[in-house]
Amino acid sequence: MYFDDEPIAGENLPILPGHVSPGRLERVLRAGGFAVTTEIAPPDSADPAEVYERAALFDGYVDAINATDGSGANCHMSSVAMCSLLTHRGYAMIMQVSCRDRNRIAIQGDVLGASAMGVANILCLTGDGVQSGDHPQAKPVFDLDCMSALEMLRGMRDDSRFLSGRRITSPPQVFLGAAANPFAAPHDFRPLRLARKIKAGAQFIQTQYCFDIDMFKQYMERVRDLGLHDKVFILAGVGPLASARSAEWIRTHVAGVHIPDTVIKRLRGASDQAGEGVNICKDMIHQVREINGVHGVHIMAYRQEHRVAEIVEATGVLQGRTPWHPGIDRWGQAEIPGNRPASLPA
Amino acid sequence: MYRMRLWSVRNARWLSVLYNAWEKILILFHPVYLRIGYQRLDRFFLAVEKPVKGFLFDSRSCGQCTLGDTGMSCPMNCPKSMRNGPCGGVRPDGNCEVKPDMPCVWVLAWEGNRRMNKHEQAMGFVLPPVDVRLKNTSAWLRRVRQHHGHPEPDALR
Repeated sequence: MYFDDEPIAGENLPILPGHVSPGRLERVLRAGGFAVTTEIAPPDSADPAEVYERAALFDGYVDAINATDGSGANCHMSSVAMCSLLTHRGYAMIMQVSCRDRNRIAIQGDVLGASAMGVANILCLTGDGVQSGDHPQAKPVFDLDCMSALEMLRGMRDDSRFLSGRRITSPPQVFLGAAANPFAAPHDFRPLRLARKIKAGAQFIQTQYCFDIDMFKQYMERVRDLGLHDKVFILAGVGPLASARSAEWIRTHVAGVHIPDTVIKRLRGASDQAGEGVNICKDMIHQVREINGVHGVHIMAYRQEHRVAEIVEATGVLQGRTPWHPGIDRWGQAEIPGNRPASLPA
Repeated sequence: MYRMRLWSVRNARWLSVLYNAWEKILILFHPVYLRIGYQRLDRFFLAVEKPVKGFLFDSRSCGQCTLGDTGMSCPMNCPKSMRNGPCGGVRPDGNCEVKPDMPCVWVLAWEGNRRMNKHEQAMGFVLPPVDVRLKNTSAWLRRVRQHHGHPEPDALR
């Protein structure tokens, strides 16, 4: 996929009227495309080659890539560095910002820096508690929560002001996102919390892993009742489970992941459990894309990144599009309807 | 006190009625506070406010009290200092991700607000981040000042 105003790889797209960011993700979503995003695990290394290798696995299959920020409270290469390296190659990056490790001074500085380096999307998270990671001795910061972080970043972008009120000469032009967990207690509060996140500035939402389609449908029904599906782009979180055992482990050890017994039973009954995990993921994608108000999927395939291409291919979620990637050929690529330049042959 | 904290959420309704009455009385005395000086009065008020709210709510005396909007469940007891609702890590039993034996303060807030018949509107706005300078200052006096549109004394910032 190629936009008619496609810049040299690593340079920003022009910001269209009504858009806030120079990024591909906002373009795809606002043009009505069904977006596919995924997550890249930052390496425990200072070698940029490892970053490029990990990103290349997704070439041509995703519209944007999240770079996690110390996910699970484990130490890895920073999100801002990952985004910078990959943005310079032209990838559309979603920088995850967690409130666990940095206060308002550090976060605002990082966001200015990231935007200066071309990062166009930011996902605000509260972050896992330090007890779940490899440095449980660390001091948890939590100066802000995801909600106040969103509001702060929106203020930086729209009012050109730091939280302190001091002026920013050139504001960060970022598409703001947040996470949502429709599967955690208290369930009836979750749609209202989403409303609050939208009020705080969220423009796109990536949800926690969806393995319980009925619960998700209920949530989306309430979201539609509140009229929220028109105000935000919701990307449903999906992903392949490696085996019944790993599913059990995730369910008990990873905060906020809800996996119903039926899913674990289905995995256990399969001769090829990893293959069945991929099948469950594909089924989920087929089901969530039918739900009114779902604008895309976010595929989280930790340690199974090589399966993302297969999942996207098999489900046909991209509807013939090939998202931009380094080295993509400008000609002969399917375009998003409405974005096709007149100068290109049909 | 932990047990007391749970009791307060169960009794959120009449505690909030009681507090609202108390606030009205406090507000009446604004001219008196002005004459004596808010700054001078702050530590005396805190000397009452801190143990009372500490006992009833496990209050951390952040100085920016939100109990009236959070079902009498003090959000400062959240290990992640969430001021705007529960994080995504709440356990299926409604307990905290970080402290598995403690109920999530926002699950309690949700119940408390339901008892106060104000859950939807009260949960609808975004609270600003905590101002750490206000820790250990009187939230009661701050509320009176806000009511009268009186500026914050510099020493209490």
